[in-house]
Parts: sequence; C-alpha cells; structure tokens
Amino acid sequence: MARALINVPGQARRGEIIEIKTLISHVMETGHRRTEAGAPIARDIIRQFVCTYNGAEVFRADLHPAIAANPFLVFSTVATESGTLTFTWTGDNGFSVTESAAITVS
Amino acid sequence: MDRRAFLRTAGAGLGLVSIVAVRPAGATPERMQAAIRRVVGSAPVTPGRVKLEVPPLSENGHAVPLTVSVESPMTEADHVRAVHVFTEINPLPDVATFRFSPRSGRARVSTRVRLANTQTVVAIGELSNGSFWSDRATVVVTLAACLEGPL
Repeated sequence: MARALINVPGQARRGEIIEIKTLISHVMETGHRRTEAGAPIARDIIRQFVCTYNGAEVFRADLHPAIAANPFLVFSTVATESGTLTFTWTGDNGFSVTESAAITVS
Repeated sequence: MDRRAFLRTAGAGLGLVSIVAVRPAGATPERMQAAIRRVVGSAPVTPGRVKLEVPPLSENGHAVPLTVSVESPMTEADHVRAVHVFTEINPLPDVATFRFSPRSGRARVSTRVRLANTQTVVAIGELSNGSFWSDRATVVVTLAACLEGPL
C-alpha cells in the first residue's frame, strides 16, 4: 500500500485561495531501464492524479515517466464551503489510491 | 613535459569537455516540437504570460524542482485550462499536463521532474479563449537521470 502525505489547511476563510501539497510513495519506474542481465524493466508509473472538492473536480494532472519517484504536487483551490477534498492517484498495474481531507470554511 | 605545459594541456582538455557537455542544449529537437504540435494543433504559441521556474543548475537529474505559473484572473470567462510541460532530450518529450478550472483559484503548480541531461524545458499554458502561451528554461544537469543504474 502506497503511503500518501497530504497537507491541506484545516480551516480557511470563504473565498481564500488555499495551497495543497501531496506526496505519494511510488517508484515511477520509467520503462526505459534494463536489469543487469539486459532485460527491460516494465513501466510502472502513476498516470493520473485528480483532486475533487465536495465532488467537483478542481485540479487534475496527467503524469509521464519524467515525473520523479514519489510524485510531489503543489497546487491550489478556492475555499468555497466546508467539506471534503478527495485525492485519487491511478496508474499502471491497477494502482489506485484515494485519500481525503476535511476542511472547515468560515 | 614540464609542469606548465602539462597544466596548459590539461586546461585545454577541460575546456573542451565542458563545451561538449553543454552542447546538446543547442537545437530544439523535432520530437519535442511534434509533441507540442499534438497538444496545440495549428494554433500559434506566443512567448509570455507563463512563468517556468527551474534551477539553472541541478546536481541531481532524478528530482529537479519545477514550478509553472500563468498570469490569469481565473474567472469563468478568462482562466487557464491547462499547463503542458515538455523536455527536449528526455526519452519521451512529455513530462506532465496539469488541468485547472476557475475553482483552482490560481494557475500555479509545483512538482519534481527527471531530466536525462542538460536540456531545455518548455511550459505551455492553454487559456480558456483557446490561445497558447509559453516559457522555456535551460537546466544544466551534473548527475543525469540516465537510463541505466539504480534510482
């Protein structure tokens, strides 16, 4: 199970732009490397990251092998209402991790 | 060979090596252009509005910090739809596509990328009115994220 770290402010004022940081453990194997015996190592990457805010998509990233191992993303959203931010990473070999964070908007 | 002559030769050799190392950043390879064309189609790409922040020199090509931001009011009528990042001589030109909406508040994203060598990185901003803007930066990589070897 991949470990994900999420940094979301717990509280915000309505209309404030908040910064979100996410980090997930993943090798992001490029598919370009070979073993010492010369056999190609199959690609194994996270292809997509989606962040939704109470069900509405606010940010999405399509990733390629050029993203470093343990993908780290910093982005922002407008604090519109109290609720839940959901983060989903999907990738090769059926990789899928979903995490969520609560936010209180006053 | 006396000491002075040796130093002179060694110095010339070093100079030559550094020129060779920096050289690949020169021309923009066609593969990156083709990848950019796949995204923008036949639309013109204008330099400006996009700000690509990467270190001018990176010791480790396995994780180079990269930040892209685009000036925009991020309203329903005028916002940034996406930012596309490309590299010149990585095995694949595509790095990532980031998609925004007015709910994003601002069009700014940071991540860490792999760079196979010293090369130019290009960021293209796609606006809601269909226009494309770009910025580019060259990163000198001392330890390349090469194809062999452990991570």
